[in-house]
Amino acid sequence: MDLLQKILDTGLSTITDVLPIVLIIFGFQVLVLRQRVTKLKRVLTGFVYVLIGLTLFLVGLEVALFPVGKLMAQQLTDPDFIKQTAGVLSGSLRWDDYAWVYLFAAAIGFATTVAEPALIAVAIKAQQVSGGAVTVWGLRVAVAVGVAAGIALGAFRIVTGTPLHYYIISGYIVVILQTLYAPRMIVALAYDSGGVTTSTVTVPLVTALGLGLASNIPGRSALIDGFGLIAFASLFPIMTVMGYAQLGEWRARRNLNRQMRLEAAGDSHDE
Amino acid sequence: MEQLRVFAGSLLSSFRDLLPIILVVAFFQIFVIRQPVPDFGRILAGCGLVIFGLTFFIRGLEQALFPIGESIAYAFARKGNVFWLLLFAFALGFGTTIAEPALTAVTAKAAVIAARDGAIATDKAVMADYALGLRLTVAISVGVAIVIGVFRILRGWPIQYLIMGGYAGVVIMTFFAPQEIIGIAYDSGGVTTSTVTVPLVTALGVGLASSIKGRNPMVDGFGLIAFASLTPIIFVMGYGMII
Repeated sequence: MDLLQKILDTGLSTITDVLPIVLIIFGFQVLVLRQRVTKLKRVLTGFVYVLIGLTLFLVGLEVALFPVGKLMAQQLTDPDFIKQTAGVLSGSLRWDDYAWVYLFAAAIGFATTVAEPALIAVAIKAQQVSGGAVTVWGLRVAVAVGVAAGIALGAFRIVTGTPLHYYIISGYIVVILQTLYAPRMIVALAYDSGGVTTSTVTVPLVTALGLGLASNIPGRSALIDGFGLIAFASLFPIMTVMGYAQLGEWRARRNLNRQMRLEAAGDSHDE
Repeated sequence: MEQLRVFAGSLLSSFRDLLPIILVVAFFQIFVIRQPVPDFGRILAGCGLVIFGLTFFIRGLEQALFPIGESIAYAFARKGNVFWLLLFAFALGFGTTIAEPALTAVTAKAAVIAARDGAIATDKAVMADYALGLRLTVAISVGVAIVIGVFRILRGWPIQYLIMGGYAGVVIMTFFAPQEIIGIAYDSGGVTTSTVTVPLVTALGVGLASSIKGRNPMVDGFGLIAFASLTPIIFVMGYGMII
Protein backbone atom coordinates (compact mmCIF):
# COMPACT_ATOMS: atom_id res chain seq x y z
CA MET A 1 0.00 0.00 0.00
CA ASP A 2 2.81 2.40 0.76
CA LEU A 3 3.94 1.91 -2.82
CA LEU A 4 0.68 3.43 -4.03
CA GLN A 5 1.12 6.31 -1.59
CA LYS A 6 4.62 6.85 -2.95
CA ILE A 7 3.38 6.88 -6.53
CA LEU A 8 0.75 9.49 -5.64
CA ASP A 9 3.28 11.68 -3.79
CA THR A 10 5.86 11.47 -6.53
CA GLY A 11 3.18 12.07 -9.16
CA LEU A 12 2.16 15.25 -7.38
CA SER A 13 5.71 16.55 -7.14
CA THR A 14 6.33 15.65 -10.78
CA ILE A 15 3.29 17.71 -11.73
CA THR A 16 4.57 20.74 -9.83
CA ASP A 17 7.90 20.16 -11.54
CA VAL A 18 6.48 20.01 -15.06
CA LEU A 19 3.78 22.64 -14.56
CA PRO A 20 6.02 25.72 -14.92
CA ILE A 21 7.34 24.31 -18.19
CA VAL A 22 3.85 23.68 -19.54
CA LEU A 23 2.71 27.14 -18.45
CA ILE A 24 5.67 28.86 -20.13
CA ILE A 25 5.16 26.92 -23.35
CA PHE A 26 1.41 27.42 -23.63
CA GLY A 27 1.66 30.99 -22.37
CA PHE A 28 4.02 31.88 -25.19
CA GLN A 29 1.97 29.90 -27.71
CA VAL A 30 -1.20 31.78 -26.88
CA LEU A 31 0.02 35.26 -25.89
CA VAL A 32 3.09 35.80 -28.05
CA LEU A 33 3.01 33.45 -30.99
CA ARG A 34 -0.78 33.56 -31.13
CA GLN A 35 -1.04 30.21 -32.79
CA ARG A 36 -2.90 27.04 -32.04
CA VAL A 37 -0.92 24.04 -31.04
CA THR A 38 -1.04 21.56 -33.87
CA LYS A 39 -2.49 18.20 -32.85
CA LEU A 40 -3.28 19.60 -29.40
CA LYS A 41 -4.87 16.39 -28.19
CA ARG A 42 -1.85 14.32 -29.18
CA VAL A 43 0.54 16.74 -27.48
CA LEU A 44 -1.53 16.81 -24.30
CA THR A 45 -1.66 13.02 -24.08
CA GLY A 46 2.08 13.12 -24.72
CA PHE A 47 2.54 15.35 -21.68
CA VAL A 48 0.43 12.95 -19.66
CA TYR A 49 2.71 10.13 -20.82
CA VAL A 50 5.73 12.16 -19.71
CA LEU A 51 4.14 12.67 -16.29
CA ILE A 52 3.21 9.01 -15.87
CA GLY A 53 6.57 7.87 -17.18
CA LEU A 54 8.64 10.14 -14.96
CA THR A 55 6.57 9.29 -11.92
CA LEU A 56 6.84 5.51 -12.33
CA PHE A 57 10.51 5.86 -13.22
CA LEU A 58 11.31 7.91 -10.12
CA VAL A 59 9.30 5.70 -7.78
CA GLY A 60 10.95 2.61 -9.25
CA LEU A 61 14.39 4.10 -8.73
CA GLU A 62 13.55 5.06 -5.18
CA VAL A 63 12.14 1.66 -4.33
CA ALA A 64 14.63 -0.57 -6.07
CA LEU A 65 17.78 1.10 -7.12
CA PHE A 66 18.71 3.84 -4.72
CA PRO A 67 18.51 1.80 -1.48
CA VAL A 68 20.57 -1.03 -2.96
CA GLY A 69 23.04 1.31 -4.63
CA LYS A 70 23.50 3.37 -1.50
CA LEU A 71 23.85 0.28 0.66
CA MET A 72 26.45 -1.09 -1.72
CA ALA A 73 28.35 2.17 -1.74
CA GLN A 74 28.44 2.07 2.06
CA GLN A 75 29.48 -1.57 2.22
CA LEU A 76 32.21 -1.16 -0.36
CA THR A 77 33.69 1.92 1.28
CA ASP A 78 33.55 0.42 4.77
CA PRO A 79 37.16 0.29 6.09
CA ASP A 80 36.68 -3.23 7.49
CA PHE A 81 35.53 -4.53 4.13
CA ILE A 82 38.43 -2.90 2.34
CA LYS A 83 40.99 -4.24 4.81
CA GLN A 84 39.52 -7.70 4.37
CA THR A 85 39.53 -7.70 0.56
CA ALA A 86 42.93 -6.05 0.29
CA GLY A 87 44.44 -8.44 2.81
CA VAL A 88 45.65 -5.61 5.00
CA LEU A 89 45.72 -6.74 8.62
CA SER A 90 46.92 -3.62 10.32
CA GLY A 91 48.14 -0.16 9.56
CA SER A 92 46.62 2.39 7.25
CA LEU A 93 45.20 1.77 3.82
CA ARG A 94 46.90 2.84 0.64
CA TRP A 95 45.16 4.15 -2.44
CA ASP A 96 45.50 0.84 -4.31
CA ASP A 97 43.64 -1.05 -1.58
CA TYR A 98 40.46 0.52 -2.93
CA ALA A 99 40.44 -1.43 -6.21
CA TRP A 100 36.85 -2.68 -5.77
CA VAL A 101 35.67 0.84 -5.10
CA TYR A 102 37.14 2.13 -8.36
CA LEU A 103 35.68 -0.81 -10.27
CA PHE A 104 32.28 -0.26 -8.69
CA ALA A 105 32.47 3.47 -9.41
CA ALA A 106 33.21 2.80 -13.08
CA ALA A 107 30.61 0.05 -13.46
CA ILE A 108 27.79 1.96 -11.77
CA GLY A 109 28.72 5.13 -13.69
CA PHE A 110 28.48 3.25 -16.97
CA ALA A 111 25.27 1.42 -16.11
CA THR A 112 23.34 4.41 -14.76
CA THR A 113 24.31 6.54 -17.75
CA VAL A 114 22.91 3.98 -20.17
CA ALA A 115 19.56 4.21 -18.35
CA GLU A 116 19.52 8.03 -18.22
CA PRO A 117 16.35 9.22 -20.02
CA ALA A 118 17.69 12.68 -20.92
CA LEU A 119 20.65 11.08 -22.68
CA ILE A 120 18.32 8.76 -24.62
CA ALA A 121 16.43 11.88 -25.78
CA VAL A 122 19.56 13.65 -26.98
CA ALA A 123 20.83 10.47 -28.67
CA ILE A 124 17.56 10.04 -30.58
CA LYS A 125 17.77 13.64 -31.81
CA ALA A 126 21.45 13.28 -32.70
CA GLN A 127 20.80 10.20 -34.80
CA GLN A 128 17.94 11.95 -36.63
CA VAL A 129 19.90 15.11 -37.29
CA SER A 130 23.20 13.49 -38.24
CA GLY A 131 21.51 11.17 -40.70
CA GLY A 132 22.88 8.15 -38.86
CA ALA A 133 26.51 9.31 -38.65
CA VAL A 134 25.98 9.35 -34.89
CA THR A 135 23.95 6.37 -33.70
CA VAL A 136 21.78 6.23 -30.58
CA TRP A 137 23.80 3.40 -29.07
CA GLY A 138 27.16 4.73 -30.23
CA LEU A 139 26.57 8.03 -28.47
CA ARG A 140 25.16 6.44 -25.34
CA VAL A 141 28.06 4.03 -24.98
CA ALA A 142 30.59 6.79 -25.65
CA VAL A 143 29.04 8.95 -22.93
CA ALA A 144 28.76 6.00 -20.53
CA VAL A 145 32.45 5.17 -20.96
CA GLY A 146 33.25 8.80 -20.19
CA VAL A 147 31.15 8.80 -17.04
CA ALA A 148 32.71 5.50 -15.94
CA ALA A 149 36.24 6.87 -16.34
CA GLY A 150 35.28 10.14 -14.69
CA ILE A 151 33.69 8.63 -11.61
CA ALA A 152 36.49 6.11 -11.12
CA LEU A 153 39.03 8.93 -11.27
CA GLY A 154 36.85 11.02 -8.98
CA ALA A 155 36.82 8.20 -6.43
CA PHE A 156 40.60 8.01 -6.70
CA ARG A 157 40.77 11.72 -6.03
CA ILE A 158 38.71 11.41 -2.87
CA VAL A 159 40.88 8.52 -1.66
CA THR A 160 44.13 10.37 -2.30
CA GLY A 161 42.77 13.75 -1.26
CA THR A 162 44.30 15.72 -4.12
CA PRO A 163 42.68 19.07 -4.94
CA LEU A 164 39.67 18.92 -7.26
CA HIS A 165 40.60 21.86 -9.44
CA TYR A 166 43.89 20.32 -10.63
CA TYR A 167 41.91 17.51 -12.25
CA ILE A 168 39.18 19.70 -13.64
CA ILE A 169 41.57 22.25 -15.08
CA SER A 170 43.74 19.60 -16.76
CA GLY A 171 40.55 18.02 -18.08
CA TYR A 172 39.54 21.35 -19.61
CA ILE A 173 42.93 21.59 -21.30
CA VAL A 174 42.49 18.15 -22.87
CA VAL A 175 39.00 19.15 -24.03
CA ILE A 176 40.36 22.32 -25.63
CA LEU A 177 43.12 20.43 -27.45
CA GLN A 178 40.66 17.79 -28.66
CA THR A 179 38.26 20.48 -29.88
CA LEU A 180 40.94 21.72 -32.26
CA TYR A 181 41.22 18.33 -33.95
CA ALA A 182 37.75 16.76 -33.64
CA PRO A 183 35.29 16.83 -36.58
CA ARG A 184 33.32 20.07 -36.44
CA MET A 185 29.92 18.43 -36.40
CA ILE A 186 30.53 16.64 -33.10
CA VAL A 187 31.79 19.58 -31.02
CA ALA A 188 28.46 21.03 -29.87
CA LEU A 189 26.99 17.59 -29.24
CA ALA A 190 30.04 16.57 -27.22
CA TYR A 191 29.76 19.67 -25.02
CA ASP A 192 26.07 18.91 -24.54
CA SER A 193 26.66 15.34 -23.46
CA GLY A 194 28.62 16.62 -20.50
CA GLY A 195 25.51 18.21 -19.03
CA VAL A 196 23.06 15.52 -20.02
CA THR A 197 24.73 12.64 -18.22
CA THR A 198 24.05 13.81 -14.77
CA SER A 199 20.39 13.87 -14.01
CA THR A 200 17.89 11.49 -12.47
CA VAL A 201 19.67 8.17 -12.21
CA THR A 202 23.33 9.00 -11.88
CA VAL A 203 23.39 11.84 -9.37
CA PRO A 204 21.89 10.15 -6.28
CA LEU A 205 24.01 7.01 -6.59
CA VAL A 206 27.20 8.87 -7.33
CA THR A 207 26.59 11.28 -4.48
CA ALA A 208 26.08 8.31 -2.13
CA LEU A 209 29.38 6.87 -3.26
CA GLY A 210 31.20 10.15 -2.77
CA LEU A 211 29.74 10.70 0.68
CA GLY A 212 30.46 7.09 1.69
CA LEU A 213 34.08 7.42 0.64
CA ALA A 214 34.62 10.83 2.16
CA SER A 215 33.11 9.91 5.52
CA ASN A 216 35.06 6.65 5.84
CA ILE A 217 38.51 7.88 4.98
CA PRO A 218 40.36 9.63 7.78
CA GLY A 219 41.10 13.25 7.06
CA ARG A 220 38.32 13.71 4.46
CA SER A 221 35.29 15.82 5.07
CA ALA A 222 32.00 14.51 3.72
CA LEU A 223 30.86 18.06 3.19
CA ILE A 224 33.84 19.24 1.16
CA ASP A 225 35.30 16.11 -0.45
CA GLY A 226 31.95 14.45 -1.08
CA PHE A 227 31.25 17.05 -3.74
CA GLY A 228 33.01 17.06 -7.06
CA LEU A 229 32.17 13.60 -8.41
CA ILE A 230 29.40 15.10 -10.54
CA ALA A 231 31.93 17.49 -12.02
CA PHE A 232 34.05 14.54 -13.14
CA ALA A 233 30.97 12.85 -14.57
CA SER A 234 30.19 15.88 -16.70
CA LEU A 235 33.73 16.53 -17.89
CA PHE A 236 34.88 13.14 -19.13
CA PRO A 237 32.00 12.39 -21.54
CA ILE A 238 33.02 15.47 -23.54
CA MET A 239 36.37 13.79 -24.21
CA THR A 240 34.94 10.36 -25.01
CA VAL A 241 32.25 11.72 -27.35
CA MET A 242 34.83 13.70 -29.31
CA GLY A 243 37.01 10.59 -29.24
CA TYR A 244 34.09 8.57 -30.60
CA ALA A 245 33.77 10.93 -33.56
CA GLN A 246 37.52 10.99 -34.09
CA LEU A 247 37.58 7.21 -34.09
CA GLY A 248 34.74 7.09 -36.64
CA GLU A 249 36.55 9.58 -38.85
CA TRP A 250 39.80 7.65 -38.58
CA ARG A 251 38.12 4.39 -39.49
CA ALA A 252 36.33 5.94 -42.45
CA ARG A 253 39.65 7.34 -43.68
CA ARG A 254 41.39 4.00 -43.24
CA ASN A 255 38.65 2.20 -45.17
CA LEU A 256 38.89 4.76 -47.94
CA ASN A 257 42.65 4.34 -48.12
CA ARG A 258 42.35 0.57 -48.20
CA GLN A 259 39.71 0.76 -50.90
CA MET A 260 41.90 3.06 -52.96
CA ARG A 261 44.86 0.73 -52.53
CA LEU A 262 42.73 -2.24 -53.52
CA GLU A 263 41.47 -0.42 -56.58
CA ALA A 264 44.98 0.62 -57.50
CA ALA A 265 46.14 -2.97 -57.11
CA GLY A 266 43.21 -4.16 -59.21
CA ASP A 267 44.05 -1.64 -61.90
CA SER A 268 47.68 -2.68 -62.08
CA HIS A 269 46.57 -6.29 -62.22
CA ASP A 270 44.38 -5.57 -65.21
CA GLU A 271 47.23 -4.16 -67.25
CA MET B 1 -3.00 -5.56 -31.87
CA GLU B 2 -0.36 -3.60 -33.74
CA GLN B 3 -0.21 -1.03 -30.96
CA LEU B 4 0.25 -3.77 -28.42
CA ARG B 5 3.19 -5.12 -30.35
CA VAL B 6 4.80 -1.68 -30.53
CA PHE B 7 4.29 -1.27 -26.80
CA ALA B 8 5.84 -4.65 -26.08
CA GLY B 9 8.78 -3.68 -28.26
CA SER B 10 9.40 -0.47 -26.33
CA LEU B 11 9.07 -2.32 -23.03
CA LEU B 12 11.76 -4.68 -24.21
CA SER B 13 14.08 -1.86 -25.17
CA SER B 14 13.50 -0.19 -21.80
CA PHE B 15 14.45 -3.47 -20.18
CA ARG B 16 17.67 -3.41 -22.19
CA ASP B 17 18.35 0.09 -20.90
CA LEU B 18 18.04 -1.10 -17.33
CA LEU B 19 19.92 -4.37 -17.81
CA PRO B 20 23.45 -2.99 -17.20
CA ILE B 21 22.41 -1.69 -13.77
CA ILE B 22 20.88 -5.05 -12.83
CA LEU B 23 24.04 -6.83 -13.94
CA VAL B 24 26.35 -4.51 -12.02
CA VAL B 25 24.33 -4.74 -8.82
CA ALA B 26 24.00 -8.53 -9.14
CA PHE B 27 27.71 -8.99 -9.80
CA PHE B 28 28.84 -6.93 -6.83
CA GLN B 29 26.26 -8.46 -4.52
CA ILE B 30 27.08 -12.04 -5.45
CA PHE B 31 30.84 -11.93 -5.93
CA VAL B 32 32.15 -9.03 -3.90
CA ILE B 33 29.88 -8.06 -1.04
CA ARG B 34 28.40 -11.56 -0.60
CA GLN B 35 25.53 -10.51 1.60
CA PRO B 36 21.85 -11.21 1.00
CA VAL B 37 19.94 -8.38 -0.64
CA PRO B 38 17.25 -7.09 1.67
CA ASP B 39 13.68 -7.09 0.37
CA PHE B 40 14.16 -8.75 -2.97
CA GLY B 41 10.50 -8.63 -4.03
CA ARG B 42 10.35 -4.89 -3.55
CA ILE B 43 13.42 -4.45 -5.72
CA LEU B 44 11.84 -6.54 -8.46
CA ALA B 45 8.67 -4.43 -8.31
CA GLY B 46 10.78 -1.28 -8.49
CA CYS B 47 12.59 -2.52 -11.58
CA GLY B 48 9.22 -3.18 -13.21
CA LEU B 49 8.14 0.39 -12.45
CA VAL B 50 11.38 1.78 -13.90
CA ILE B 51 10.86 -0.16 -17.14
CA PHE B 52 7.23 0.98 -17.52
CA GLY B 53 8.18 4.52 -16.60
CA LEU B 54 10.95 4.69 -19.16
CA THR B 55 8.62 3.34 -21.85
CA PHE B 56 5.95 5.96 -21.14
CA PHE B 57 8.52 8.73 -20.94
CA ILE B 58 10.03 7.92 -24.34
CA ARG B 59 6.53 7.79 -25.82
CA GLY B 60 5.71 11.20 -24.36
CA LEU B 61 9.04 12.52 -25.56
CA GLU B 62 8.25 11.72 -29.16
CA GLN B 63 4.64 12.80 -28.89
CA ALA B 64 4.91 16.01 -26.85
CA LEU B 65 8.36 17.31 -25.90
CA PHE B 66 10.10 17.00 -29.28
CA PRO B 67 7.23 18.27 -31.48
CA ILE B 68 6.37 21.18 -29.18
CA GLY B 69 9.99 22.30 -28.90
CA GLU B 70 10.35 22.20 -32.66
CA SER B 71 7.05 23.87 -33.46
CA ILE B 72 7.91 26.75 -31.12
CA ALA B 73 11.29 27.08 -32.80
CA TYR B 74 9.68 27.24 -36.26
CA ALA B 75 7.05 29.71 -35.09
CA PHE B 76 9.67 32.06 -33.64
CA ALA B 77 11.83 31.74 -36.74
CA ARG B 78 8.84 32.65 -38.94
CA LYS B 79 7.86 35.54 -36.74
CA GLY B 80 11.41 36.82 -36.70
CA ASN B 81 11.06 38.63 -33.40
CA VAL B 82 14.36 38.19 -31.58
CA PHE B 83 13.25 39.91 -28.38
CA TRP B 84 10.40 37.50 -27.69
CA LEU B 85 12.51 34.52 -28.63
CA LEU B 86 15.21 35.52 -26.15
CA LEU B 87 12.61 36.21 -23.48
CA PHE B 88 11.17 32.75 -24.07
CA ALA B 89 14.68 31.28 -23.82
CA PHE B 90 15.25 33.00 -20.49
CA ALA B 91 11.85 31.97 -19.12
CA LEU B 92 12.43 28.37 -20.10
CA GLY B 93 15.86 28.23 -18.48
CA PHE B 94 14.85 30.08 -15.32
CA GLY B 95 11.45 28.41 -14.93
CA THR B 96 12.69 24.87 -15.26
CA THR B 97 15.64 25.36 -12.91
CA ILE B 98 14.09 27.18 -9.99
CA ALA B 99 11.76 24.20 -9.29
CA GLU B 100 14.42 21.53 -9.74
CA PRO B 101 14.51 19.27 -6.64
CA ALA B 102 18.16 18.25 -7.11
CA LEU B 103 19.13 21.92 -7.01
CA THR B 104 17.17 22.53 -3.83
CA ALA B 105 19.04 19.68 -2.17
CA VAL B 106 22.46 20.94 -3.26
CA THR B 107 21.84 24.53 -2.18
CA ALA B 108 20.60 23.43 1.25
CA LYS B 109 23.82 21.45 1.72
CA ALA B 110 25.85 24.42 0.51
CA ALA B 111 24.27 26.62 3.17
CA VAL B 112 25.34 24.12 5.85
CA ILE B 113 28.92 24.22 4.61
CA ALA B 114 28.99 28.00 4.42
CA ALA B 115 27.63 28.32 7.94
CA ARG B 116 30.12 25.82 9.32
CA ASP B 117 33.03 27.62 7.71
CA GLY B 118 31.87 30.92 9.12
CA ALA B 119 31.05 32.54 5.79
CA ILE B 120 27.52 33.19 7.07
CA ALA B 121 25.91 33.05 10.51
CA THR B 122 24.72 29.67 11.82
CA ASP B 123 21.17 30.86 11.97
CA LYS B 124 18.25 29.04 10.32
CA ALA B 125 16.88 32.17 8.64
CA VAL B 126 20.28 33.28 7.39
CA MET B 127 21.00 29.83 6.01
CA ALA B 128 17.62 29.64 4.27
CA ASP B 129 18.32 33.06 2.76
CA TYR B 130 21.71 31.91 1.56
CA ALA B 131 20.24 28.75 -0.01
CA LEU B 132 17.48 30.71 -1.72
CA GLY B 133 19.99 33.24 -3.03
CA LEU B 134 22.06 30.41 -4.42
CA ARG B 135 19.02 28.84 -6.07
CA LEU B 136 18.03 32.14 -7.68
CA THR B 137 21.62 32.61 -8.84
CA VAL B 138 21.68 29.23 -10.52
CA ALA B 139 18.23 29.70 -12.09
CA ILE B 140 19.22 33.11 -13.48
CA SER B 141 22.47 31.64 -14.78
CA VAL B 142 20.59 28.90 -16.65
CA GLY B 143 18.22 31.48 -18.12
CA VAL B 144 21.20 33.52 -19.28
CA ALA B 145 22.80 30.36 -20.66
CA ILE B 146 19.83 29.52 -22.88
CA VAL B 147 19.69 33.15 -24.05
CA ILE B 148 23.39 33.07 -25.00
CA GLY B 149 22.96 29.67 -26.64
CA VAL B 150 19.95 30.75 -28.70
CA PHE B 151 21.70 33.96 -29.71
CA ARG B 152 24.69 31.90 -30.84
CA ILE B 153 22.44 29.77 -33.05
CA LEU B 154 20.91 32.91 -34.59
CA ARG B 155 24.34 34.33 -35.33
CA GLY B 156 26.02 31.04 -36.22
CA TRP B 157 28.99 31.66 -33.96
CA PRO B 158 31.25 28.63 -33.49
CA ILE B 159 30.53 27.16 -30.09
CA GLN B 160 34.09 26.33 -29.08
CA TYR B 161 35.23 29.93 -28.61
CA LEU B 162 32.33 30.71 -26.30
CA ILE B 163 32.77 27.50 -24.31
CA MET B 164 36.54 27.92 -24.08
CA GLY B 165 36.05 31.49 -22.97
CA GLY B 166 33.70 30.17 -20.31
CA TYR B 167 36.20 27.56 -19.16
CA ALA B 168 38.90 30.20 -18.96
CA GLY B 169 36.52 32.21 -16.80
CA VAL B 170 35.94 29.19 -14.56
CA VAL B 171 39.68 28.57 -14.18
CA ILE B 172 40.44 32.19 -13.34
CA MET B 173 37.57 32.45 -10.87
CA THR B 174 38.63 29.21 -9.16
CA PHE B 175 41.72 31.03 -7.87
CA PHE B 176 39.72 33.85 -6.33
CA ALA B 177 36.58 32.11 -5.11
CA PRO B 178 36.35 30.98 -1.47
CA GLN B 179 37.52 27.39 -1.08
CA GLU B 180 34.25 25.94 0.22
CA ILE B 181 32.17 27.10 -2.73
CA ILE B 182 34.32 25.50 -5.46
CA GLY B 183 33.05 21.92 -5.19
CA ILE B 184 29.46 23.10 -5.02
CA ALA B 185 29.96 25.42 -7.97
CA TYR B 186 31.40 22.63 -10.13
CA ASP B 187 28.57 20.30 -9.14
CA SER B 188 25.82 22.86 -9.68
CA GLY B 189 26.63 22.82 -13.39
CA GLY B 190 25.63 19.18 -13.44
CA VAL B 191 22.40 19.29 -11.50
CA THR B 192 20.66 22.00 -13.48
CA THR B 193 19.57 20.05 -16.51
CA SER B 194 16.49 18.02 -15.75
CA THR B 195 14.94 15.18 -17.68
CA VAL B 196 12.10 17.29 -19.04
CA THR B 197 14.21 20.32 -19.89
CA VAL B 198 16.85 18.50 -21.91
CA PRO B 199 14.57 17.13 -24.68
CA LEU B 200 12.67 20.43 -24.93
CA VAL B 201 15.78 22.57 -25.13
CA THR B 202 17.44 20.19 -27.59
CA ALA B 203 14.38 20.22 -29.85
CA LEU B 204 14.30 24.02 -29.63
CA GLY B 205 17.94 24.36 -30.65
CA VAL B 206 17.78 21.83 -33.45
CA GLY B 207 14.48 23.31 -34.67
CA LEU B 208 15.95 26.83 -34.75
CA ALA B 209 19.08 25.70 -36.54
CA SER B 210 17.10 23.83 -39.18
CA SER B 211 14.67 26.66 -39.87
CA ILE B 212 17.27 29.42 -40.19
CA LYS B 213 18.97 29.59 -43.54
CA GLY B 214 22.68 28.84 -43.49
CA ARG B 215 22.63 26.99 -40.17
CA ASN B 216 23.41 23.33 -39.89
CA PRO B 217 21.32 21.55 -37.22
CA MET B 218 24.20 19.25 -36.28
CA VAL B 219 26.87 21.97 -35.99
CA ASP B 220 24.66 24.78 -34.67
CA GLY B 221 21.62 23.09 -33.17
CA PHE B 222 23.23 21.41 -30.19
CA GLY B 223 25.07 23.22 -27.45
CA LEU B 224 22.29 24.80 -25.39
CA ILE B 225 22.76 22.24 -22.61
CA ALA B 226 26.49 22.91 -22.65
CA PHE B 227 25.90 26.57 -21.79
CA ALA B 228 23.40 25.57 -19.14
CA SER B 229 26.03 23.48 -17.39
CA LEU B 230 28.77 26.09 -17.71
CA THR B 231 27.21 29.38 -16.56
CA PRO B 232 26.06 28.07 -13.14
CA ILE B 233 29.71 27.33 -12.23
CA ILE B 234 30.70 30.92 -12.98
CA PHE B 235 27.64 32.47 -11.35
CA VAL B 236 27.87 30.35 -8.18
CA MET B 237 31.55 31.19 -7.69
CA GLY B 238 30.61 34.83 -8.21
CA TYR B 239 27.90 34.44 -5.57
CA GLY B 240 30.43 32.94 -3.17
CA MET B 241 32.79 35.85 -3.75
CA ILE B 242 30.16 38.51 -3.17
CA ILE B 243 28.55 37.01 -0.04
